[in-house]
Amino acid sequence: MSPQAAPAAEPASPAAGSPLLVLNNIEVIYDEVILVLRGLSLSVPEGKIVALLGSNGAGKSTTLKAVSGLLPSERGEISSGSVTFEGRDVTRMDAPDRVKNGMSLCMEGRHVFPHLTVADNLIAGAYTRRDKAEQIELVYEFFPKLADMRNRTAGYLSGGEQQMLAIGRALMAKPRLLMLDEPSLGLAPLLVTEIFGQIARLNAEIGLTVLVIEQNARRALEVAHHGYIMEQGRIVLEGSSTELQENPDVKEFYLGVGGEGGRKSYREVKHYKRRKRWL
Amino acid sequence: MSTAVNLLIFGLADGAILALAALGFVLIYKATAVINFAQGEFLLVGAYTFYTCFVIFQLPITVGILVGVVVAVLLGIVVERLILRPMIGQSHISIIMVTIGLSGLLNAIVQMFFGTGVRAQPAVLPSPPVSILGATIPGNRLLAILIAAIVLTVLTIFFQKSKHGIAMRSVADDEQAAMTVGISVRRVYAMSWALAAVSALIAGILLADITAVDLHIASFGLMVFPVVILGGLDSVPGTIIGGLTIGIVTQLVSGYLDPGLAEVIPYIILVLILLIRPYGIFGEKRIERV
Ligand SMILES: Nc1ncnc2c1ncn2[C@@H]1O[C@H](COP(=O)(O)OP(=O)(O)O)[C@@H](O)[C@H]1O
Ligand SMILES: [Mg+2]
Repeated sequence: MSPQAAPAAEPASPAAGSPLLVLNNIEVIYDEVILVLRGLSLSVPEGKIVALLGSNGAGKSTTLKAVSGLLPSERGEISSGSVTFEGRDVTRMDAPDRVKNGMSLCMEGRHVFPHLTVADNLIAGAYTRRDKAEQIELVYEFFPKLADMRNRTAGYLSGGEQQMLAIGRALMAKPRLLMLDEPSLGLAPLLVTEIFGQIARLNAEIGLTVLVIEQNARRALEVAHHGYIMEQGRIVLEGSSTELQENPDVKEFYLGVGGEGGRKSYREVKHYKRRKRWL
Repeated sequence: MSTAVNLLIFGLADGAILALAALGFVLIYKATAVINFAQGEFLLVGAYTFYTCFVIFQLPITVGILVGVVVAVLLGIVVERLILRPMIGQSHISIIMVTIGLSGLLNAIVQMFFGTGVRAQPAVLPSPPVSILGATIPGNRLLAILIAAIVLTVLTIFFQKSKHGIAMRSVADDEQAAMTVGISVRRVYAMSWALAAVSALIAGILLADITAVDLHIASFGLMVFPVVILGGLDSVPGTIIGGLTIGIVTQLVSGYLDPGLAEVIPYIILVLILLIRPYGIFGEKRIERV
């Protein structure tokens, strides 16, 4: 049932670091009938960047909502399996407690508080903490632009600035695990480089563990240590970034090697073949 | 000249109290998107709770206010918990119906215990005559303006600067994002209702003191609608300016034109605003996210 497409010589589990987050065979249903995650397992080692890749509708966002406790607000629930964080079962913990315990989510589509200033957005991010001065310094150090714009209304910032603010706001809770849902969505290539650069820096300099969702697999695998590829609510492939970057299927379907022009239709044609091979 | 000054001060007093009542309404609307038709009855319950402590049980003013605050907080939390939380996800119309029902219920409870007549209550605020620009003003109006101004300022600072105020504004902006930073949306809802009831309590006590303890307090509270429509429903400074405007215009019309017209002028303003600027004079146009 585990379709390991990685070279056989490498062990399945990522090398260094004990797992900080483990999803064990979880199933998620919305509205009591729509089964979206069908027995998904993955683990995020402490101090690493893990990328979760897959096409639209695969269930990537649902996975992060399951981890951060947002499912109840969307009439969804984890119907079986478990989520453990630092060895502790958090499957039924409510969202605010997960933030307090060090799990922060930066949602898809940025979701800054549009009528609040940049500074107030950051203060809101520190809701679960007593001290915020130190974290604000850290955020301004990593995203100096935010410091210059602290009194601006967040709703009027550009997409890239809002993305930095959304990440900065998530950092205010001093997370051990930062979850990012498509941080590059709709941003110019230069900005994507800048944002992924800061993610790598946060990981290297403060040891932040990151679980990042991307459709832009190439960019994500450049910064990630390890990657998972999911389809239709399951993990279909996993491996170190290098393994995934070398993997012919990944190259073909997610890195777009050889199929640059008219990639969309190309993908659709190959869809059936791909599923058949992996499932 | 002296009439004008008189009317202005009376208008300011009414307006400051109205602004206080309306601020509670706006808090609820901003944080929970519920239009609370029972805000006038929150004033009524506040005024009669204080009356019960102060007149019936002969307790000191401070104790009366403390009991009033406790009752208001409980009222806010109970209404949120038992009536509105189960309604989450229902249509706006159903929720409006529920708050209209609640206003009828609270009104009936007050009538059941206290009847419909005017209750005599000794003055709470001292009222020495004060002369300003040739007019003689009862001091309690000036004190009412001062107290309302202080409470409005404190609430505004709380809303703008405090951790919980920022949490309330965050929930008003984006509930799901608020959850991702660890804000308990339920707690923010409860806090909004409790604060709205407390500001209504203070408005109710002040109004009862400068006018009378009777059911007109609820209909005065109904004037929060013209105020918030003028102020734009979601703007705190707009609410304050809207309250003062309605208070002053009503007094001026009553003094110079006709007291009967003064009763309806706030609602004429309401209709005019809705026709000309549906988001109010000071309302923020919502920032649309792309
Ligand atoms: N709140 C919801 N209610 C019902 N179905 C949902 C909900 N959210 C997502 N889905 C469905 O779950 C599937 C996976 O969605 P999602 O997790 O957003 O995928 P991804 O992030 O990989 O694009 C989609 O088919 C989507 O329609
Ligand atoms: Mg998604």
